[in-house]
Amino acid sequence: MTRVPLDALTRAVVESGATGVTARAADALECRVAAREIPALADRLAQLGATCQFLAAADTRASSGDFTLVYAFAPVTLAPRAAVLVSVAPEDARFPSLATRSFAASRFEREIHDMVGLVPVGHPDLRRLALHQFWPAGYHPLRRDATPRGDFRDEGQPFPFRRVEGEGIFEITVGPVHAGIIEPGHFRFSVQGETIVNLETRLGFAHKGTEKLFATLPLDRTPALAERISGDTSVGHALAHCQALEALAGGDVPARARWLRVVLLELERLYNHVADVGMIVNDTGFAFGHAHCFRIREELLRLNERVAGHRLLRGAVVPGGVTGPVERAPLAPLATTVEALVGEFLEVAQLCLDSTMVLERLQGTGRLFTHTAREMQVVGLVGRASGIDADLRRDAPFAAYGELEVRAALYEAGDVWARTMVRVDEVRESARLIRAAAAATPDGATRAPLPPLSVGGHAFGLVEAWRGPLWHWVSAETPAKLARVKVVDPSFRNWAALEYAVLKNIVPDFPLCNKSFNLSYSGNDL
Amino acid sequence: MIATLLIALGQVLVAGAGAPLLVGVVRTLKARLAGRRGPSPWQPYADLRKLLGKEPVVSTTTSWVFRATPYVLVATMLVTALVVPILVARPALGFAGNIILLMYLFMLGTFFLALAGLDSGSAFGGMGSSREVAIAALAEPTIILAVFALALRAETINLGDVVERLAREPLLAANPAHLLAFVAFFIVMLAETGRLPVDNPATHLELTMIHEAMVLEYSGRYLALVEWASAMRLFVFMTLLANLFFPWGVTSLAEPVPLLLGLLALAGKLAVLAAALAVLETTVAKLRLFRVPELLAGSFALALLSVTAVFLVP
Repeated sequence: MTRVPLDALTRAVVESGATGVTARAADALECRVAAREIPALADRLAQLGATCQFLAAADTRASSGDFTLVYAFAPVTLAPRAAVLVSVAPEDARFPSLATRSFAASRFEREIHDMVGLVPVGHPDLRRLALHQFWPAGYHPLRRDATPRGDFRDEGQPFPFRRVEGEGIFEITVGPVHAGIIEPGHFRFSVQGETIVNLETRLGFAHKGTEKLFATLPLDRTPALAERISGDTSVGHALAHCQALEALAGGDVPARARWLRVVLLELERLYNHVADVGMIVNDTGFAFGHAHCFRIREELLRLNERVAGHRLLRGAVVPGGVTGPVERAPLAPLATTVEALVGEFLEVAQLCLDSTMVLERLQGTGRLFTHTAREMQVVGLVGRASGIDADLRRDAPFAAYGELEVRAALYEAGDVWARTMVRVDEVRESARLIRAAAAATPDGATRAPLPPLSVGGHAFGLVEAWRGPLWHWVSAETPAKLARVKVVDPSFRNWAALEYAVLKNIVPDFPLCNKSFNLSYSGNDL
Repeated sequence: MIATLLIALGQVLVAGAGAPLLVGVVRTLKARLAGRRGPSPWQPYADLRKLLGKEPVVSTTTSWVFRATPYVLVATMLVTALVVPILVARPALGFAGNIILLMYLFMLGTFFLALAGLDSGSAFGGMGSSREVAIAALAEPTIILAVFALALRAETINLGDVVERLAREPLLAANPAHLLAFVAFFIVMLAETGRLPVDNPATHLELTMIHEAMVLEYSGRYLALVEWASAMRLFVFMTLLANLFFPWGVTSLAEPVPLLLGLLALAGKLAVLAAALAVLETTVAKLRLFRVPELLAGSFALALLSVTAVFLVP
């Protein structure tokens, strides 16, 4: 894959009329443009293969008298990145939409429309995304002056789902309460017989005001909140959050801590991937694989507890390094245990994937073709199963990944089988990385103090968690308090792609497709 | 007369009381095969007792069909227990005990269950009903053909006569037609009792369910009855497999010792079949819904071959 040089990106933004162009790191630049220039800039960057990967709005009226939009344009590898700041006047509260240019931007803009109340002009679909219909019109919770209100009334306004009409078409409504113990989400199928002709997903049932809460908590408690954004991605979110804080404060992380962060992140990837493969084969009715994958997952969780003092690895990643039992964890025996468990897992996976009946269910099911995946800007492991070659650990290394040669999994088929295979390959790779980290981790300090946050600045934290790239964008109000935290879980980027992957599949295969994506509801709803 | 009544009672008792144990044994075996400890084989009794003690919640949009169906299911299964040779070759309703009657007793239950699935108006019930009826329509001819292959050899369609004839002349069973019919009937049993690879009795995924989708709206004692009836359905089907195809041990005499021996023989045969079912369910995955007709077509072909073989292999 040819890499876009940072120089080309810099030239493009300068030619599009950007001001204050500064390099932020080896592969990132920052600039400011006027709102009306955004579409032209997006078109110019698209020629280089850089599309809108991130968009957040912050209510900065108190400090600068306007709203601030932060765009991040980057190729699928997320390196190099151009962060583009745009000012939106409060009396106007409108900005040009990129919805027809970038699918990801269309979703970010809908979210901003709900939460901050800025209007993306030219957006073709401004139905609510994050907030449900009972939220009062004109009430935007992420404005700084929004206070809690008591006048929430469910007046029974239905969400305007796309209607599919025709002979023999009927709707199946599933959720938000499900028969199994899973998170809440509503799925509206339009089917003809058993064939799915349209699916619309309505999420937001797990909305809990996370981003607002970040701005009210003292700094020592925000990593703990980050860990709870999506329970299965505790390390991923904590690490992204801490990296953002460290970048904003200009703090250092000792070498030993950077390596231990790699170990923690890979341990998280391991237990999730192993469980997912078990759940996928269980959905084909192959209980044997499920029982053994969950046995191995349990062993991994117990290992987590021994290593970090918590089964889900909470409390280990902190700003400036790592803390807790992991500081003194014996890494060589850990790598040996991991290798043994991964060996068992690979044997079980082999047994399952050798069964023609299981394969018959997985192959060709829920195909997300590469061109669809590219158009929908799918990220992470779902993208890697659909031929999008991107893995932050390799492309924009963080923690100690730069000193490891990460081999990214890549499959073209885009079906349930490919998503299963990406997981199997990544499990194997994780075991290898943990072994390499065990050999390379130096002795020394595991935590450095975090300097005061720089007020008026902003910073990104990017992590390739097990689902895919995670973004935390932070800005500070005082040296010890955050003003705005924007979190983008890969689930937010990939949910809409599921609606396309299931088209022309039959209804009883939906759970299999859904499980192979295994997106977070909580991480999406925030 | 009294002996006949007692035997009838005995058959109903064995089917009614033994069915949950059979389900429990299959579950325990499956758990062990998957490397889990699993619940005790007696767990289904505890489940039934728990459900019987719970208040049933019935949607206000349902009609009498919804409330009557659990009783219809249990009633049809109890009647089949009077027809099928469980302990003795000629049970109480043995005079009427031909294969056609049995078929339609099963179908009556399926019919009401499908109606009940539609009755609540939920999307899942309707999906389950449509799938169940599609599968039942494909399974029905196979059952008839498979049992006819036996009936042709025994020269009667009365179940009792078939059993007695085969028990008397075991060599009749040593025939390829017999084996083909057995396999065909076994596959149909999987479809009719909602087992893998047709339906997954252990799934919690509403969208993939067949049998479970139809009964999703049931709760409390209604659910207990539905569960009990479906356990009896499995029991009756497996007893048919055991006693029609391997009728050794089934007695024609209404005396305590042969009856007891018959019961032991049945228990042994069912244990073997339960183990076979558990092994099968562990080694296969659930078929894609649209592959199920192919499986049943295969089963139909086997049954047809079996009938043909009756004429070709003397």
